[in-house]
Amino acid sequence: MKAKKITLLFLFICIVFSVNAQNKIPAVNVKTIDGATFNTANMVNDGKPIIIDFWATWCKPCVQELSAITDLYEDWQKVTGVKIYAVSIDDARNSARVKPFVNTRGWEYEILLDPNADLKRAMNVGDIPHTFLINGKGEIVFQHAGYAPGDENELYEKLLGCINPDVK
Amino acid sequence: MKKVLAVTLFFLTFPFLAKAQETNKFGAGEIHGNFQMMAQNYLVDSTIGAKEVSEKIRMNSFANLNYTNGNFKAGMRYESYEKALLGFDPRYNGSDITYRYATYTNDDLEFTIGNFYEQFGSGLIFRSYEERGLGIDNAMDGIRVKYKPTAGVYLKSIIGKQRFYFAKGEGIVRGLDAEFNLNEILSGFLPEFNSEKAHYTYILGGSMVGKYQADNDPIRILPENVAAFAGRFNFISDKFNFYTEYAYKINDPSLTNGFIYKKGEALFVSANYSVKGFSLSASAKRVDNMDFRSDRNADVNNLTMSFLPAISKQHTYALPAFYPYATQPLGEIGEQFELSYNFKKGSKLGGKYGTLVTINFSNANNLDTTQTGNEQGYTAAFFRKGETLLYRDLNIEVVKKISPKLKTTYTYMYQVFNKDRVQNVSGYGTVFANIAVFEMQYKINSKNTFRAELQSMRTKQDFGDWAVALAEYTVSPHWFFAALDQYNYGNAIAEKRAHYYSGSFGYTKNATRFIVGYGKQREGYLCVGGVCRLIPASYGLSLSISSTF
Repeated sequence: MKAKKITLLFLFICIVFSVNAQNKIPAVNVKTIDGATFNTANMVNDGKPIIIDFWATWCKPCVQELSAITDLYEDWQKVTGVKIYAVSIDDARNSARVKPFVNTRGWEYEILLDPNADLKRAMNVGDIPHTFLINGKGEIVFQHAGYAPGDENELYEKLLGCINPDVK
Repeated sequence: MKKVLAVTLFFLTFPFLAKAQETNKFGAGEIHGNFQMMAQNYLVDSTIGAKEVSEKIRMNSFANLNYTNGNFKAGMRYESYEKALLGFDPRYNGSDITYRYATYTNDDLEFTIGNFYEQFGSGLIFRSYEERGLGIDNAMDGIRVKYKPTAGVYLKSIIGKQRFYFAKGEGIVRGLDAEFNLNEILSGFLPEFNSEKAHYTYILGGSMVGKYQADNDPIRILPENVAAFAGRFNFISDKFNFYTEYAYKINDPSLTNGFIYKKGEALFVSANYSVKGFSLSASAKRVDNMDFRSDRNADVNNLTMSFLPAISKQHTYALPAFYPYATQPLGEIGEQFELSYNFKKGSKLGGKYGTLVTINFSNANNLDTTQTGNEQGYTAAFFRKGETLLYRDLNIEVVKKISPKLKTTYTYMYQVFNKDRVQNVSGYGTVFANIAVFEMQYKINSKNTFRAELQSMRTKQDFGDWAVALAEYTVSPHWFFAALDQYNYGNAIAEKRAHYYSGSFGYTKNATRFIVGYGKQREGYLCVGGVCRLIPASYGLSLSISSTF
């Protein structure tokens, strides 16, 4: 029985590795902060880049990261037109806290709620924070796990790189 | 054997079929996944109670693979516990494929065969989820169909069995959930209901879940089918949010409730008001005999269907999280309030960079019950609290930026924790603790940052007083170094006044992380969301690697 399962695993790996790897955002239903169902296939920004940041109200480095970016967001938007989706994975214990939490801090991100971690799982995220950068064609070009102060500078460099591929 | 073959065939053919039909549209598919491993070497330390582990080294690891091609998705997870880290249930020992699924989606219909996770409403009667770090995984194995018949109407149906370590639970779980977004439904006929114009949203939902388990009890006559129902309502406007959900369960004699035939119920209400820089929120919860599992003989965190998290604030510092509250599914009544205000930059209290103040209070009591002496077990007053306090927590947090480089956080907390009742032990009584935490972060330059925490907990009960010091140095974007000491200086037993020191460093590149740690881990509860796991004391070297690709 176990040997069969291993065979199955290898078969599966063979199939999937025979295909080209692209990098698109998976289509998963999450909720907006206004209660509407939102399919992540609709994460678009008129051909400009997108950042997806997985966070939770109880995750200190996540809050640190989003607080650091909030001071820079206006400039980032002016230069690159980027739109940030902050996806909260708070479960039923804390999901009602998300909106007051965001408002008190004055965050201007697009907030999405993923209380049963469906999008988190679909994007293969382990521990949070975890940040994805998506270029204007909808391809994931960079991702980063964890946060240390200053990581936002690396993210911004990558962001500049994806609107103008000549800049490294 | 046949089953495996059929699954293999399905995995083999389906993507190609899907591809054949959609070649022009989608082309080839994509493969992604993640990998995580955590290994620990165990040394003996009699002062902290770290016992000998005969394997010396133990390791938990898993990898997920997900394949996507247009509307088709499939994936699997391989898990290996050789052997499971201390604190994980030994029934995890072993390695196997524990999760595999295939999903097909078109605009309005989605179906999944194999394993899936799902949640109805806030999860009062059904939540299937995973917390890998806690060893919790009650994934369903069966079939799920989601259907959106018209704008604003979302239907879900599920059937299957839940995961039980490397096997499946005995009970068959069936469920149906419907959600109606009234604005989306009505805006088709009445444009003023368009949520962008209306500035408010109404959402209604209802669910029904049943489990079947044969009655093999030689004495009792047990219900083989147990049904539960839940209804929810949500009102959302720009500034105001109101959510309520009520759940009802018919008689469900089980190991955890002592095989009583009483019905179960749960009520959750939450309201909040927030504008930029200010928020006020309140929530209340009443739970009465609502431990709902797909096997009536299951206990601890196994085969749960109901998800009943605590409503108290989830603390992240070590000492405030020392006595974590977990909901008592058999009976509790509790409430929680939070006020948060951001003093503006340039105001008297805000200083040059603003000051964020958050005050939070939560409380949980038992129910006011009367024993009936028959198979019903007890009756409980609906709105009256019982006399036993289970948990109380008053905490104030002030976040103050002093300069662009220096940020400080001050926390004070008063906590009452009924250890006997919450952790189901005896002889410890109730713990009263005063806790203070100071945190500072100093940004040396754009890449280098120093962070420190000083924590103190004063209590006359249980282990007595503790002090914690943490220092952390990070070099963005790759490195971190940390040193931690937790000192139980107030332990009533002099030889137990131990230092639990540890050091760690880590390297991150993009979505790959390596962390190496060495030191002593105190015994304690690790909690995520509503559930906790007891981690025994340990001493040794640890290595963890995680990567997303």
